[in-house]
Amino acid sequence: MINLSDLEKKINSELATKIKLSEIKHNQLYLYIECENLIDVLVFLKSSNFTKFRQLVDITAVDYPEENERFKLIYLLLSHELNSRIILSYTINEKEVIPSVTEIFPSANWMEREVFDMYGIKFKDHPDLRRILTDYNFEGFPLRKDFPLTGHNEVRYSEDDKKVIYEPVKLEQNYRNFDYESPWEGTKYIKEISKKND
Amino acid sequence: MTKEKKTLNLNFGPQHPAAHGVLRLILELDGEVVEKADPHIGLLHRGTEKLIEHKTYTQAVPYFDRLDYVAPMNQEHAFALAIEKILNLEVPIRGQFIRVIFCEIGRILSHILNVTTQAMDVGALTPTLWGFEEREKLMGFYERVSGSRLHANYFRPGGVHQDLPRGLVEDIAEFCEQFPTIINDLETLLTDNRIFKQRNVDIGIVSKQDALDYSFSGVMLRGSGVAWDLRKSQPYDCYEQLKFKVPIGKNGDCYDRYLCRIEEMRESVNIINQCLVKLPKGPVKTQDAKVTPPAKKELKNSMEALIHHFKLFTEGYRVDKDEIYSSVEAPKGEFGVYLISDGSNKPYKCKIKAPGFSHLQAMDYLIKGHMLADVPAVLGSMDIVFGEVDR
Repeated sequence: MINLSDLEKKINSELATKIKLSEIKHNQLYLYIECENLIDVLVFLKSSNFTKFRQLVDITAVDYPEENERFKLIYLLLSHELNSRIILSYTINEKEVIPSVTEIFPSANWMEREVFDMYGIKFKDHPDLRRILTDYNFEGFPLRKDFPLTGHNEVRYSEDDKKVIYEPVKLEQNYRNFDYESPWEGTKYIKEISKKND
Repeated sequence: MTKEKKTLNLNFGPQHPAAHGVLRLILELDGEVVEKADPHIGLLHRGTEKLIEHKTYTQAVPYFDRLDYVAPMNQEHAFALAIEKILNLEVPIRGQFIRVIFCEIGRILSHILNVTTQAMDVGALTPTLWGFEEREKLMGFYERVSGSRLHANYFRPGGVHQDLPRGLVEDIAEFCEQFPTIINDLETLLTDNRIFKQRNVDIGIVSKQDALDYSFSGVMLRGSGVAWDLRKSQPYDCYEQLKFKVPIGKNGDCYDRYLCRIEEMRESVNIINQCLVKLPKGPVKTQDAKVTPPAKKELKNSMEALIHHFKLFTEGYRVDKDEIYSSVEAPKGEFGVYLISDGSNKPYKCKIKAPGFSHLQAMDYLIKGHMLADVPAVLGSMDIVFGEVDR
């Protein structure tokens, strides 16, 4: 495994202003960038001789509804040659359309479709931006924090109509979200650690 | 006069025995040649990631069994590792060995299912019957250790739920002794079988470069000749202490992937044997009382144990604010968990990276130009399980 701090320094010196912040945690390199630099950074990481991050492991997003820039996008990269991982992220606001990376990594196709499906984030120049995991004609974006856990519609086979019908969710009892979290801080110390099993 | 090209659209699935689950595949056929394949997935989508955001860390573990349900414990492992890394938990060495034993059992479970059903898809019935007898024994081990044959819920952040019951070590050892002969039997049926080879050799070839571009991992990557196994390259738990080989293919076709899986089963048996010999005594889970519930007998006379028990099963434990990606070499490839914790008792976000998702994505690329009859062969060799693809 290559020394991550060397890699961090090299990337920082090559990409200079394009990297907003970088840190090393849990043996992984975290890079924070701006959305407009995404393509440049990815092309560099994939093709440069000392980075060689040839594989895109996954793309995902996180929703922070209270924040101005609501979504954070995350790209996980892996280099087999260097045996190391990079986690690339940037934030965008709700209306922003972000560039698709399918040209650089063909596997991004379904990953971006999934992000679109779950969060409603649109990708520019994506070859086939359809929903992927949810039902045909599904409405809403399930992984947004304001989407209810129980959903809006339920599906069943109707004996009267002899077909599958959609109707609003009716629950005998509403979903109850118990807040068990203690308002108190526990003690930090652990009294004794027993050595024996059970 | 130019002849107008006519293509036929064929709807394959969602209920088709060779689709290995609920896959709807829209095929565009020119005669018997596939021009385009468009997989429609999500028919088994249960919103696992959303559900996990609403459950405490302890309650989230069983959801991982239900992803790739032919090798449940390997998934739990990735989640447990992520939390252990954030909390800096040390897993006792016996716990690590037990986890590795059961991960390898999971690998054998998954590979038996895949190899034999792939054989069934191309016309051989006997391997399935022989293989499933062995799976039955392995699921018996699952049951004895966790109480359930499939959805084990056995791994915990910090170790495993409980120690091995009496006699299990001997029985696993006995299984490891007789299982290689079963692998040999399967091989006599398949490896040199003319029909099996006709259906698999040179079908669904993946080049090294394409395997990287399409985010392949696991056998799909190794079958194309990339020597990459997370157990070796980024070892977790006690894999560093074990000796095993990583089989890699040459041509990247369905047949090579089959060979890789057969060899991997042999290596798994080898790993289990080493673990059983080395298996040390000691605790199986971390003794940090803030994460591990107290033993039942302590509850009777320790107030503190009672409080811990109550707190752990209502509030759960809190995980510091952090972001982490942790991955394991699951039987199907790299299975990863991207976890964002916010200091509360529930994950803020838990993205599950399933290997099958990327593999199925390449269906169109793999099948283009092949015959319709090759669709099940390619699908079979990709080792798709819809629990993890659809999540």
